[in-house]
This record gives sequence, C-alpha cells and structure tokens, in this order.
Amino acid sequence: MRPSRRTPVLAAFATFVFAWLLTRTSWLEAALKWAFPTEVSWLHPRADLVSLTVEHLAIVAISSGLTVLVGVPLGIWVTRSSGRDFRQLVAASVDLGQTFPPVAVLALAMPVLGFGFKPTIVALFLYGMFPVVSSTIAGLDSVPTSTLEAAKGMGMSPMQVLFRVELPLASRIIMSGIRTSVVINIGTATIGATIGTGGLGVPIIGGLATRNMAYVVEGALPAAVLAVLIDVLLGQVEHGFAVPLQEADSA
Amino acid sequence: MIHLDGVTKRYGDTVAVDDLTLDVAEGEVCVLIGPSGCGKTTTLRMINRLITPTSGRIMINGQDASELKAEELRRSLGYAIQSVGLFPHLDVAANIAVVPRLLGWDKPRLRGRARELLELVGLEPEQYMGKYPRQLSGGEAQRIGVARALAADPPVLLMDEPFGAVDPLNRGRLQGEFARIQRDLHKTVVFVTHDIDEAIRLADRIAIMRDGRLVQYDTPETILDNPVDHFVRDFVGSDRALKRLVRVPVRDVMDTAPPVARRSAGAKEMLAEVGRTRFVYLVDEQGRLTGWLDRAQLKGGCTVEDALSDADPAQVAVRPDASLKEALSRMLGLGFRSIAVVESDGRLVGQVTLGSVEGAMTESDEHQGARPAEHMAEYSAEDTSDDSVLESIASDDQGDCT
Ligand SMILES: Nc1ncnc2c1ncn2[C@@H]1O[C@H](COP(=O)(O)OP(=O)(O)OP(=O)(O)O)[C@@H](O)[C@H]1O
Ligand SMILES: [Mg+2]
Repeated sequence: MRPSRRTPVLAAFATFVFAWLLTRTSWLEAALKWAFPTEVSWLHPRADLVSLTVEHLAIVAISSGLTVLVGVPLGIWVTRSSGRDFRQLVAASVDLGQTFPPVAVLALAMPVLGFGFKPTIVALFLYGMFPVVSSTIAGLDSVPTSTLEAAKGMGMSPMQVLFRVELPLASRIIMSGIRTSVVINIGTATIGATIGTGGLGVPIIGGLATRNMAYVVEGALPAAVLAVLIDVLLGQVEHGFAVPLQEADSA
Repeated sequence: MIHLDGVTKRYGDTVAVDDLTLDVAEGEVCVLIGPSGCGKTTTLRMINRLITPTSGRIMINGQDASELKAEELRRSLGYAIQSVGLFPHLDVAANIAVVPRLLGWDKPRLRGRARELLELVGLEPEQYMGKYPRQLSGGEAQRIGVARALAADPPVLLMDEPFGAVDPLNRGRLQGEFARIQRDLHKTVVFVTHDIDEAIRLADRIAIMRDGRLVQYDTPETILDNPVDHFVRDFVGSDRALKRLVRVPVRDVMDTAPPVARRSAGAKEMLAEVGRTRFVYLVDEQGRLTGWLDRAQLKGGCTVEDALSDADPAQVAVRPDASLKEALSRMLGLGFRSIAVVESDGRLVGQVTLGSVEGAMTESDEHQGARPAEHMAEYSAEDTSDDSVLESIASDDQGDCT
C-alpha cells in the first residue's frame, strides 16, 4: 500500500476502534450466534478478548524483538569481511528456519523447555528470522559500490561507513523485512495455544478441539485485524525512513 | 611528496599496474592519461590505500603509506572518484561537508564551507545546497564530487576524471578555475583524464600510461616536442602546434589597453576613439563590455547608432583564464581577428589579437629552436599595423544602412 498523509490518522483511528470493539464481547457473541446458530456456546470460556490480545501482542513483541536483535546484526556480520565466509551458511540456515514448520519446532522444544511461553517464543523467533536476515543482507547489498568507495575514500572508518552510509541507505529495505516478519508472527503465534501459551490462539485451538466454529472465528477475527493494523503501522515507520529520498523523487 | 616505487597490482592473470615508478613533487600537478583500462584508477586507489599493491612501495610525504593509518591518510587526500559516488541520503551541503564533519568542524563552518565550494564549482549555493543527488544532472553531480574532495582543504588531491561529464563550456571554466586555485594553493595533485588538451593545460608533468606501464613522464612541452615513441605521438595527435596554445592562458598575452569608449559618452568622443582604430569596445559606467563600434559602418552617411553593435560578453569575449587555443577557436568561429577579454563580472580587461596568438606560437617555436621564426614575426608585424582591433573577416554587412 502506498502511504498517504492521511494514513497515520486513519491507522490510529482504526486501532482505537479495534481496541474498543474488543471490550464489546456481547456484540461479538450476537454476531457469532447469528452466523453459527447450531452451536450451543459462542464465546470460549476463557475468552476475555482484551487480555488474550494483550498476551498475544506480548508473545509477538518478545519473539520479534529477539528476531530483530539477532537477525539484523547477523545480516550485517555476514556482509562484513569478517563474516563473509558464513554468508551462504547463514542464508541457508534462516531459509531452513522458515521451511521447518513451527509446530514441529514446538514439539521438539517442549521436552527441553517444557510447556508454556518459552517453546513458543523459540519457534516464532526462528520462524521470523528469514525475512529479517535476508532483507538486511539485501538492503546492505543495495548500497551502490561507488557510494561505498567514496565513503571509504573520504576516510570513514568501517563503523562510520556502516552507521552513516550503509544502514541509512538500507534502512527502508530492512524495515520492510521486519514488517513481514512481525506480520507472519502475529498469525503464527496462535499455535502457541496448543502448549498453553495463551494469546488469541486459545479460542481457535479450543474451537478446533471441540469442533466449535464460533470459537475459531472468535480468535481468528481479532488476530487477522491485528495483523492488518500492525502491517499498516509498521508501513508508516518504513515510510518514515525514506523521507529524504521520497522528497527527492517528487520535487 | 608522492613517490611510487616499482608498484605492481595483479588481479589473477591481468596486470592492472605494472612496475610503476612515479614521483610527484610537492605542489605539482601530475596528470595520468592513457587508454581505458591502462591502470589509472588502480594507481589512484593504491595511493589512498583503497587497494593494496601486489608489490612495490608507495611513499607519501616521506612515509611508507602502508604504515600510516588508512583513515587518517585518506582524510588528508581529497579524492574525487570516477563514478562520483555522492551519498544519496544526504543533501548537497551535507555531501560536501562529509570530510570536515569527520574532522569535527562545527555546523556554521560546515555550511559556510559548502557555500564557498559551490560557488567555486560554479553552482548557485542557494539553489543547490538543499538538493539531493538524484535531483542533479551528471555534470552537476560531478562538480559536487569535486567540491567534496576539496572540502577539508587537503594538501593532496586525487582526481579521477573530475570534469568528464561536464559540458565543454563549463569544463573550460572549471579548468581555468582549477588552474587559478592551483596557482594560489599549490596542492599536490594526481589528476586522471582522457582529454589530452586538459592534460596539456593543467599538468606540470604528464604521465602517459599504456597496459599498466608508464610510457613517458615529462612536462607537457617535452611530450609535445619529443614524444618517446609512436604511441605517444599518436596519443598527442597531429595538431601539436595548436596544442601548445592550450598551455598559454589569455592573461599572459592579452593587450591590456584595448581601444575603448564609454557607451554613455557623446557620439563625438566615441568617434574620436574610432579615429585611431577601426573598432572600439564600448563599456558602461562600471567598465563592463556592452558592444562595439565599427568605423567601416560609418561610411555612406550612416549614423553612429547604425555602427553600434551590442555584445553578449558570453558570446564575443573570453575570460583571462581561458587558454589561447580557446581564444583562437572563438575568434575563428566568430570571424573576428581579435576578441575581447572580460572578467567574470563582465568588466573589459583586454583583448587578444590573431597577432598575439601567432606571437605565442612563434615564441614556443623559438623556445625549442625547431623553426626559424622570421616569417611568423613578419605576419604579426603586418597584423599589428592593420588597426589591430576586431576586424571582421566576414564584413559583407558593411554599409548596408539606410
Ligand atoms: N577489482 C578488479 N578485479 C579484476 N580486474 C580489475 C579490477 N579492477 C580493475 N581491474 C582491471 O585492471 C585494469 C586497469 O583498470 P583501471 O580501472 O585502473 O583502468 P583505468 O585506466 O582507470 O580505465 P578507465 O580510463 O576506463 O577508467 C583493467 O583491465 C581492469 O579490467
Ligand atoms: Mg578509471
């Protein structure tokens, strides 16, 4: 989506409406009753949607935070001369991290880390790594060699080249990778409920277990809206990184 | 100042630079020239340590370059790279100020310096300071690249085809500007170009390279007069006599007392001046060239007004920094036998005649003792007797006033 000047206002408004709707569970129940008249119960017994959403966001924030904290430096490292030899290996590993189903990661991590929070964080952390690392590499690769040569030729130290030239120029592409990663994690985080992590996966998994479609929708709907909202908000941040270049284009 | 000793750079099987030994004295301009791929850029990049020589040694100011701290070395060598490489996320002012910022200058000083350098490279500061590289033409970007290299006033400049993308008119102007700065500041410069005229004009010494090797390293005069082999001879071209004129700036040979009259003066006074010569230059109160008056046009009952021509100094005059070759080609192009010399503010400061061009050619011939100078001297004597001024070769528009 191409952000316009009105987008931030619209996004803030949509966020507010979404938060308010979460507190109106009776409305949701009425809607679900209408949609699934054959069920006997329409809201999951543990369904305080506000606290489920907060839990969900906490899971995503922690796992994505870790992904960025590890993924961006990893991407930077493999584009430096010291880490260049590991570039293929790292690219292949994060690729594998994404092809490996998160459910399988949960199953494998559980014996070690037990039930609850930790295995879910590990699974999401690995799963979200690919877009972050690959966009960091792509962003740094996109910096023109003549610009790098000039930066070095002017007498910038490697750190100065990185922070004053490469990262500012790569920031937009890196940010788009982070955004993709976060949005994927919002959806994927629902599987955490299978091992008791909480979040919006609770009604979904509960609904699947009891064949109650109303429960499934009760969790899936807010999760989907959340994903769209976060996508738009992070798009705004991404857009903010490119301000000087954008101005240059339009002038 | 810069001393390359048996420097070689190999990339696998290709030898980019082959056993190059070169001395650039302090305050001298060394121009590297040669066919594409002969190792010019590689040489510059080895001097500022962007790449390491395969073998050989580079000394800068008596110190082995490989023992200096790379970043500090590079900050003392202004570098204008061939592909320009401006920083796309920084505006023009910030691009120019990159090295001064690394050196910790304060903000007002940075902006002042950017402004100063934009003026120097002929770009209007107010208009360009806030632009981003994407908004610049290739030639403008290249001039910003040159300004950036000069920003911290480094003692040594490495310039890789700095004016390659600039149009001929501005290029001539920038060359003149460069020559002028160099007269005052005496930088040590290694300058790469493909343009032999540019090399002859700016160089104290020219290094002609071929396939990574140094073919000849001499003053422009020696290169013109005594090319070591066919390659150099061909490279320099057949019009060597003409190329000598590239070395002579207009200010060195111009007649500083051209016939001149105030535009505001009465017709009588203007005519009095015309009495001496066929043409007089007309200037305004500030001494700026505004036109000329042609005596030939006064015949047949024409008025003074009919004999006046308006002048656009950009069209019919040259700058004192221009080369005699430029002055000559302008004269030939306009069909004039002399041309006015004006400063950048339009003030008339002299004139150059065909006679003085011939004189300069004769002088350099005498200098090398290659040709007897008599018949050339004759020409110029004849020419100076002939009113000496602005005589239009194509003068078929004479007297057609009614
Ligand atoms: N990084 C590199 N790897 C392999 N070969 C290289 C490399 N850099 C330069 N060369 C080769 O070295 C030779 C000299 O290159 P260089 O860039 O110094 O030429 P140049 O004289 O500057 O040419 P031009 O006038 O076209 O700029 C060329 O044949 C080029 O192909
Ligand atoms: Mg080159």
